[in-house]
Amino acid sequence: MTIGSTPPRYRVSIDRDQCMLCERCVEECPYGVFRRNGERMSVNSRQCTACHRCIAMCPRDAINLEEQPVDYRSHPVWTRKVREAIYNQARTGRIILAGMGNAGDYPVIFDRLVLDACQVTNPAIDPLREPMELRTYLGKKPSRLEIRNGGGDDVELVTELTPNLQLETPLMIAHMSYGAISLNAQLSLARAAAATGTFMGTGEGGLHQAIYPYQDRMIVQVASGRFGVDINYLERGAAIEIKIGQGAKPGIGGHLPGEKVCEDVSCTRMIPVGSDAISPAPHHDIYSIEDLKQLVRSLKEATEWKKPVFVKIAAVHNSAAIAAGIARSSADAVVVDGFRGGTGAAPRVFRDHVGIPIEAAIASVDEKLRQQGIRNQVSLVASGGIRESADVAKAIALGADAVYIGTAALVAMGCRVCGTCYRGLCPWGIATQREDLTARLDPDVESEHVANLIQAWTLELSELMGAAGINSIESLRGNRDRLRGYLLDEGILRVLDVKPVGA
Amino acid sequence: MCGIIGVIDRGRKEMDGTQIRRALAQMNERGSGEGAGYAVYGCYPEYRDCYALHVFFDNIHENKKEVDDLLEQWGRIVHEGQIPTYDQPNLRKIHAPWRYFFKPDRSLMSWSPSPEDDIVTHLVMRINTDHRGALVISSGKNMGVFKASGWPEEVADFYRIQDYRGYLWLGHNRYPTNTPGWWGGAHPFNLLGWSVVHNGEITSYGTNQRFIRSYGYHCTMFTDTEVVAYLIDLLVRKHGLPEKMAVRALAPPFWDEIDAMGERERKLNTAIRLTYGPALMNGPFAIVVANPTMMMGFTDRIKLRPLVAGECGDRLYISSEEAAIRRMEPGVERTWMPRAGEPVIGRVNG
Ligand code: SF4
Ligand code: SF4
Repeated sequence: MTIGSTPPRYRVSIDRDQCMLCERCVEECPYGVFRRNGERMSVNSRQCTACHRCIAMCPRDAINLEEQPVDYRSHPVWTRKVREAIYNQARTGRIILAGMGNAGDYPVIFDRLVLDACQVTNPAIDPLREPMELRTYLGKKPSRLEIRNGGGDDVELVTELTPNLQLETPLMIAHMSYGAISLNAQLSLARAAAATGTFMGTGEGGLHQAIYPYQDRMIVQVASGRFGVDINYLERGAAIEIKIGQGAKPGIGGHLPGEKVCEDVSCTRMIPVGSDAISPAPHHDIYSIEDLKQLVRSLKEATEWKKPVFVKIAAVHNSAAIAAGIARSSADAVVVDGFRGGTGAAPRVFRDHVGIPIEAAIASVDEKLRQQGIRNQVSLVASGGIRESADVAKAIALGADAVYIGTAALVAMGCRVCGTCYRGLCPWGIATQREDLTARLDPDVESEHVANLIQAWTLELSELMGAAGINSIESLRGNRDRLRGYLLDEGILRVLDVKPVGA
Repeated sequence: MCGIIGVIDRGRKEMDGTQIRRALAQMNERGSGEGAGYAVYGCYPEYRDCYALHVFFDNIHENKKEVDDLLEQWGRIVHEGQIPTYDQPNLRKIHAPWRYFFKPDRSLMSWSPSPEDDIVTHLVMRINTDHRGALVISSGKNMGVFKASGWPEEVADFYRIQDYRGYLWLGHNRYPTNTPGWWGGAHPFNLLGWSVVHNGEITSYGTNQRFIRSYGYHCTMFTDTEVVAYLIDLLVRKHGLPEKMAVRALAPPFWDEIDAMGERERKLNTAIRLTYGPALMNGPFAIVVANPTMMMGFTDRIKLRPLVAGECGDRLYISSEEAAIRRMEPGVERTWMPRAGEPVIGRVNG
């Protein structure tokens, strides 16, 4: 069997009437698809990843791209995907890597949930005329307040509140490390978070000096590799997040190939240049919930109980019980990452087959915490597969306090979800460290794009709330009465505790 | 829509039900003749130490024994009997109203700081969630709720409300959208000493209901009003918040207002919103709640439902309409419109 035996995934073609031989495409495509050949451009489609960079940049709209230009004999069981995976593995004997989120053919539960609006009996609220409150506090809350009553207006608060993160909108930017993404990309995200009054995660890559001006908007991650973690790092962050798992690859660790570990990355990660950065599957000091509790406490002690500590887990079958265990530690928030969460690289078999969707995970975690009477004491953050403002509203109505957006923020900076992040050649300057490529991403421009996205979703969220007669995000949270399931089966409706449409 | 009214005499001077019947009928434009009700405090002085349980039985022969057994298991029935009713041409009697005067056995819940209240709450939740043809509609001491499907005058005459006397009255004229015709769906709602009448719709019901459920309160009446009674019971009785602070939790100031407050006030209000966020009630409402020592009215944060207060001597009136107050007390000395979220509170003296 030769390499040429699988058909190319894409066909790139150039309209010769349009093409003016400017060679812009040669410059733009890092995969070497285009070459000038005398008085014409020649194309090697096999190298193409469908990143659309050439198409976006061609001044004459001369480039066209087709997906799957060659048909296989169709078969419902032996799909193209499984056949190609077998060819690949027969050749290499390896685990197949894939980028971005779950590409399995599962229905998206969000798309089968509909939101409510007011008619007559309760008036809708117009966000243009009435205040609409989206401010969200993440962190531990007391189960009850003690207020001393001195009679009349003389009341005194006795309970001391622990520090919370104050978000002006219930959207945060997910953890994407410097290393996985470029510094320009991280800088753009950090500026956008600061401009919109929210926060972003550092990922497991340390904190680059260039980000220090935005450190009070950063949630610093402590993951199993402990890369970049020292007291300086912990103290700079607004909050700390312990990463146990990730939705795109629950149960396995991470791997940043040595080629991506340049001088700068090596500094922030605190590892030698060119060495592979391997994050093991479990934290080597966490083999039980008690161990996690100790780590939370140590981080709290190290930062004098001034910083909220989050714990992130992948959404798996038993998330609810695990979250209840986490809530009993000193942790301030549980982050649940659904199986659609993006990643730079994950074994395809994990990405597409392990874990559960965020909708079901949030519903069951929220319910379990309520049954145990501890829901309001800990915050719940949903992450993985949030694509639009309606998803945010639905996640909150199912019980989340806030959401993390990852892929959506990258798309706002140009990412075309080509899923080739692991090659390190991202033509949009996002998932790469190659200087000529990262220079393509201008933080002044892209930070604004990301901030615009957050602002637009925030506006849509206020409109949705207003239409539902709600003027404060607290009243949407866990308000499953305002959701209905459309063509969801009874089992899922029970898990979500949502009625079907019409009921 | 619905019309609500409440009156308290701070000197505990008693009023019979004639006036409130009239005031409620004044607001018939706000009702549909499918539900009305009254709560009266001070009506059972001879059993003042017993919990007065008003129960709707679907059928006395079939459903009552179970409730009797349950009560006897948890305490002693001091006295019981049918609540007298008088047939009205347009009112179909679909339930048999009954009352028990009940003394719970404290030793059965001795670990609790308020064993008697907790036993009665438990019994009410238990009977009402069982759906066995019995519904407890009020459970306070020396007070009772009287309600049914019909116009306020008919319901009043059905119970001869004018024969009861009390120092605090609530009344409600219903325009149902949720559970028309169901007596259980009429207001006032009650738990222990708390009674609530409500005009509006709570858009945060799902959030409030799930919040309160983790404290053992189960909403059984299929309407959003009962959640108010439970929230207030939790905040005031169980968590010991002053009533004003409880209202602050249910209808809090906006963050902009909180941000502009002085340090101390800001801390207090932030703490209330953080801790009791899920108790915040959204949507349009005007509410009057009462317990044996006070009556309090308040609206949602942007006042999407009307509420008027009036005063005359020792009496404080709160209602949807000034006309209803004037119907009750033509000589009212002062009336005013409370601001959104700002409670009006009247307490009995001493
Ligand atoms: S890889 Fe991207 S830039 Fe290169 S040809 Fe394909 S779409 Fe164009
Ligand atoms: S970040 Fe870059 S490489 Fe990754 S999917 Fe987006 S465009 Fe492709």
